[in-house]
Amino acid sequence: MRQYITRRLLEMIPVLLGISIMIFVIFQLAPGDPVSAIVDPKTSAATKAKLREQLHLNEPIIVQYKYWIMDILKGNWGESFYYKQPVTKVINSFLWNSFYLSLASFILSALLSIPIGVLSATKQYSKFDYVFTVIALIGISMPSFFFGLLLIKWFAVDIKLFPVSGMTNPGSTATGFALFKEVMHHMALPLVVLTFGSLAGLMRYTRSSMLEVIRQDYIRTARAKGLKEKVVIYKHALRNALIPVVTIFGMSLPGLFSGAIITEQIFNWPGIGPIELQAVNTRDYYLLMGINMLLAFLTLLGNLIADVTYAIVDPRIRLK
Amino acid sequence: MQPVQAKNVKIEEEKILGPWQLAWIRLKRNKLAMVGLYTLIFMVFVSVFGPMISPYKMETLDLSNISSPPSLTHPLGTDEVGRDVLTRVMYAGRISLSVGVVAVIISVVIGSIVGAISGYYGGIVDAIIMRIVDIFMCFPFLPLLIMIAAVMSDYKVHPDYRIYVVMFIIGILSWPGLSRLIRGQILALREQEFIQAAEALGLRDRRKIIRHLLPNTLSSIIVSATLEVAGAILTESSLSYLGLGVTPPTPSWGNMVNVVTDAYVFQFHPWRWVPPGLCIFITVMAINLLGDGLRDALDPKLKH
Repeated sequence: MRQYITRRLLEMIPVLLGISIMIFVIFQLAPGDPVSAIVDPKTSAATKAKLREQLHLNEPIIVQYKYWIMDILKGNWGESFYYKQPVTKVINSFLWNSFYLSLASFILSALLSIPIGVLSATKQYSKFDYVFTVIALIGISMPSFFFGLLLIKWFAVDIKLFPVSGMTNPGSTATGFALFKEVMHHMALPLVVLTFGSLAGLMRYTRSSMLEVIRQDYIRTARAKGLKEKVVIYKHALRNALIPVVTIFGMSLPGLFSGAIITEQIFNWPGIGPIELQAVNTRDYYLLMGINMLLAFLTLLGNLIADVTYAIVDPRIRLK
Repeated sequence: MQPVQAKNVKIEEEKILGPWQLAWIRLKRNKLAMVGLYTLIFMVFVSVFGPMISPYKMETLDLSNISSPPSLTHPLGTDEVGRDVLTRVMYAGRISLSVGVVAVIISVVIGSIVGAISGYYGGIVDAIIMRIVDIFMCFPFLPLLIMIAAVMSDYKVHPDYRIYVVMFIIGILSWPGLSRLIRGQILALREQEFIQAAEALGLRDRRKIIRHLLPNTLSSIIVSATLEVAGAILTESSLSYLGLGVTPPTPSWGNMVNVVTDAYVFQFHPWRWVPPGLCIFITVMAINLLGDGLRDALDPKLKH
């Protein structure tokens, strides 16, 4: 196992390099002079030239890339010119807000999708199954921004049950449990949007995996020896049916940090999403490159975790 | 196949059906899929022909009649410069649907060529291509798209041409999934007898791939392409909603919803942003229903 993880980690290096090259090239394609974008227009030509020198902008692209990637490796991700702070610091201050929201949605969708998926499978083609198949499709087909807007209109603007946006009340000084309650109150609507979107995939996956398992011989054996249907389904079938589901959960781990850009934007949740979009609008390139590198890294890590958990829960899989 | 003549011996029951006919019969039995198909036809039809019979043009201003709620003359009301919302929604439909379709055509062409080459040649070619695919697949899709769209915006592309840029970006970013699917199938097909026969006949690689291997993956291509159109329409609308995709004055369903940035319009003029949003939802839902039905009809093995 340790050997496998080491090998996979080593394999991540070329992929990460490829991603970093891609990100770098995309930003090289951006027209205009990065220096003029950073400093205010009144700056003298001499200062600009000095800055160009500092940022290695006079060197060939390959050399520039080398400087950039070396800095990334040293943990120096450049400075966000909008926030006037190191990129790592900016990311760190917003990343966790995204994480809390996504984690809540992750847990909620797991709690809902697995039982629904199992019931849909055991009652295949029943009304229950049919209704949830359609609900799942609605979840996939609904644009998250539109759904979010509808919820805000209904529940925040019209009947004022939930706050319109943000994570806490403006100027809030709440601490401890009061703060938790306040955050939860703000989280409710974005949570519904996120969960509804991710529910469908998990639900259908659980359903199909369960359907496959309950047709297997050992399930017939379990029934034949007179076990109660409940035991057959929840003790014998579910265990095996959940194996592929675990992988899907693993694969949605990186989404915990990145999956909610649009939803966060709609609800003005202070996470990575709005920051990324703001960085796009202000052309805060170092921040954008930093966010994208981080997200790519987390995605790779998530894939690895998915594969490893898969091996842990399924003894039939041997990692080489 | 020749149509069976009515006077002939009754052989209809034994009529041999081709795989496509069988698939069509299976599809017709699936009620949800047919609902999807008819809804989709309706949306396409209205978007294509609606603007032609509409008494208003996309850009007809009517300053005496601004921001009016739905009425008989304007079924979906008017916007802040008196343009008819329904007409704009229909024009936007043309844009959003064509972005979806063209983006998927681009992605299917690239995806199947790359997948076929990778699966057919194997070895080092396959290893390199699959690493590149890995790189694309590890990239969170939306952030990458937003980043590229931002850089593209800096080139000050004329709004009329932006839709081509959007089609291109979405197409160019969504092929890796399909190429993996095609590669997997080609790997298996390559070992079958008919390819050995093709080999024995001395066919060239290109001919073997295009005439013999790819047609066998057609049903999976159709299924995933259909579902991908739904995804592409959603992506385009999200991007346009964020102001990074198709931008006004060209209407798209996504950028029409963007009027909600005006809090007053959001709260009091729902006819301006709800209909385009619903159109996205209905169209995408229809395509997903159809795609699911197609999967069941064409490719029972793929069924989850």
